[in-house]
Amino acid sequence: MSEHKGMNLKLHVWRQKGPDAPGRLEVYDAKNVSPDQSFLEMLDQVNEELIRSDKEPIVFDHDCREGICGSCSQVINGVPHGGQERTTVCQLHMRTFKDGDAIFIEPWRARAFPIIKDLVVDRSALDRIIQSGGYNSCHTGGVPDGNALLIPKPDADYAMDAAECIGCGACVAACPNGSAMLFTSAKVAQLALLPQGKAEAATRVCAMTETMQKEGFGNCSNHYECQAACPKGISVKFIAKLNREYQKALFK
Amino acid sequence: MILDGKSPKGPIETSWDRHRFDMKLVNPANKRKYKVLVVGTGLAGASAAASLGELGYNVDSFCYQDSPRRAHSIAAQGGINAAKNYPNDGDSIYRLFYDTIKGGDFRAREADVWRLAQVSNNIIDQCVAQGVPFARDYAGYLDTRSFGGAQVSRTFYARGQTGQQLLLGAYSALSRQIKAGTVKLFPRCEMLDLVVVDGEAKGITVRDLITGEIRCHAGDAVVLASGGYVNVFYLSTNAMGCSVTATWRAHKKGALFANPCYTQIHPTCIPQTGEHQSKLTLMSESLRNDGRCWVPKKKEDIGKPPSQVPEDDRDYYLERKYPSFGNLAPRDIASRAAKEQCDDGRGVGPGGRGVYLDFAGSIGRLGEHTIRERYGNLFDMYERITAENGYKVPMRIYPAPHYCMGGLWVDYNCESNLRGLFVLGEANFSVHGANRLGASALMQGLADGYFVIPYTIANYLAGITPGKVTADNPEFRKSAEEVHAGTRKLLSINGKRTVNDFHRSLGKIMWNNVGMARSEQSLKEALKEIPALREEFWQNVKVTGSGAELNQQLENAGRVADFLEFAELLARDALNRNESCGGHFRVEYQMPDGEARRDDENFCYAAAWEFKGVDKEPELHKEPLVFENIHLAVRSYK
Repeated sequence: MSEHKGMNLKLHVWRQKGPDAPGRLEVYDAKNVSPDQSFLEMLDQVNEELIRSDKEPIVFDHDCREGICGSCSQVINGVPHGGQERTTVCQLHMRTFKDGDAIFIEPWRARAFPIIKDLVVDRSALDRIIQSGGYNSCHTGGVPDGNALLIPKPDADYAMDAAECIGCGACVAACPNGSAMLFTSAKVAQLALLPQGKAEAATRVCAMTETMQKEGFGNCSNHYECQAACPKGISVKFIAKLNREYQKALFK
Repeated sequence: MILDGKSPKGPIETSWDRHRFDMKLVNPANKRKYKVLVVGTGLAGASAAASLGELGYNVDSFCYQDSPRRAHSIAAQGGINAAKNYPNDGDSIYRLFYDTIKGGDFRAREADVWRLAQVSNNIIDQCVAQGVPFARDYAGYLDTRSFGGAQVSRTFYARGQTGQQLLLGAYSALSRQIKAGTVKLFPRCEMLDLVVVDGEAKGITVRDLITGEIRCHAGDAVVLASGGYVNVFYLSTNAMGCSVTATWRAHKKGALFANPCYTQIHPTCIPQTGEHQSKLTLMSESLRNDGRCWVPKKKEDIGKPPSQVPEDDRDYYLERKYPSFGNLAPRDIASRAAKEQCDDGRGVGPGGRGVYLDFAGSIGRLGEHTIRERYGNLFDMYERITAENGYKVPMRIYPAPHYCMGGLWVDYNCESNLRGLFVLGEANFSVHGANRLGASALMQGLADGYFVIPYTIANYLAGITPGKVTADNPEFRKSAEEVHAGTRKLLSINGKRTVNDFHRSLGKIMWNNVGMARSEQSLKEALKEIPALREEFWQNVKVTGSGAELNQQLENAGRVADFLEFAELLARDALNRNESCGGHFRVEYQMPDGEARRDDENFCYAAAWEFKGVDKEPELHKEPLVFENIHLAVRSYK
């Protein structure tokens, strides 16, 4: 029920035709933006204008628009997802900006995330990390009753803290080394702590770490930018857990 | 034509077990010779592709997102039902079966629902084995909570992100098969046609969303798990990419579409703030346990801050109209009542489309601390979107479309009338009848994918020769040409209105005329307006760019074009069904107290529509619903 007037903003948006094409920041006016609009709805509005004037709309990834699918991926004024704590771009609202603001919008930038077009990058490297071992190798059917193995509540809660990762890749974009340690560690920690995942803990952590390196992600040097950028508040303590699991696996 | 759902005969308790034995099997050594195409990677699609790959079939898996983990199942909050009876509170497979049939207002097939209830327990075990971190009690046992439409505590959950955790479980199983080489993944690919050869589904045509390439994939069977269609209302709780396209294009190739008018509107969503709105966000309806719904009695109070409206001038309309249930009236009733207040000009907030959900009374009684403990995350989410503090001022809520019970018609084997086409999850019509109970969508998706399709698809595949139809078949070339032509046409119009603009207009027609309360008059109005809008779309839509690149406007244009055809079928089905049941409410057919009035004598059937051409009337086929185990009764939660 805000009674604000519409804002006028100056957008500097990264435009790039394709993976090998040169990219550059283009300037667009976003006029009469309501503070109740989400950031992506503001871009929708700019795009509608671009289409009407026969220009190519800005391409960006998005889907659920409620902060859970992990599709949206924009660096806003230098910060992945825009800097509001525990908030994805799609949940960022325009009331955090003010009339006359200049806003810089860029894609995730990391060696392992090649740009596809404009603000869209290829994050399939994250899928390949999971494919290399981010699972328990159970068959469909033929598993024991859900209560057969008791899981202490603190362990279940810890696993859930790690499992909240939405796989958006903001941690990689925020890291000066382009590291995917936070992403990888969240899955390693979740499964290593649960009794169902213990059998494969050593092979899993080795396989996932190896894939992470092969895909061109850097290493962790404790900047903690990943934790600050993570829209789900995944803690860097999981990276410590990853390192511990890795050490354990090496000496096994 | 009278349709046969192929329910097994005999006692229902053993129906699935007997059917499993009666079905044919495929020899393990032969499985790899069969190619199965699975469209969609939500709960149903990912679990199906993973399970079929593991059995040894050669699986291709398609999704429009950049990763299978982003399918919209991820957004489900509440939980997943199962008849475990861990709390010893009287649950059983039979009770879950009964609750689901009754909750669906007696419009689902008994045998399918029985099977769902039977395998529900296996799902929980499966997910635990995968490492899904379900909530546990302090002793380490699985925790459950209660949900609407049930008197037992049978809902398993992982905080407010159960859908996410279950999907990531299925995604991990799928990833394992991708690594093993049994499943090949095609992300950022959208299915734009079904290829039918001699009456059987033998392939799909997709558009690679990155390169724009139109490509055909041949297979021995096609599994559609492409989700629901409530984005036909433009604003809904669905993701932006959710569409009817995959199922609609299969429908145009001969698959029957059943009960499209069964749509569910959720009462507790955050209201629209203006024309710029692109989607609506749902908050768990558990909020109604402690919040009271009201609107100002007098229209002159509408613009005032709620605190300045005296108690006597507030209309607690749910408590007034439904004194026994009050604010906990069932979803459909609560949704319709909110709409009535707003239609009467007493809605609050932007556009007058909202009602208050006031926690002041509960906070006064229980303290803010208790309310924060119960609903803290929802109050935070509300504040992030509205910038209002729900502890200090009443929340504003409004109903929003969020699920469809209708979908492609399937028999007991989840196979459509087109042989070789299997439809799973929200994309089919099978188990929820006219209304879905909370925490049952996740159950259905995983039941279909993990425990139904691995058996029923074998029964089909065992009877055919693998690899008989290849992509050289002329039907594939024809399909690719049709898809190409469709794309070219959309790009060539170069009119004045954007795709979104048309979608918004369609949404208004649907919401106003085919939404929560439908009448013969409103439906006839919609049936006039939809074709007119469709005609305008094909003359005046503006899609920029080319087909040979990542072009989100073009993708969206195809989806909206399909909605513009499908919307008419939805309205027609609603007009045909001269009764009210579950999510389908016709104002002409209601009890004196506003409850839905069903007509079992004339409408105890599934309405399956056959496509006859875009501007032609579809043909109605009926599948009579027989209730041998549960007596047809008036659905009452009083």
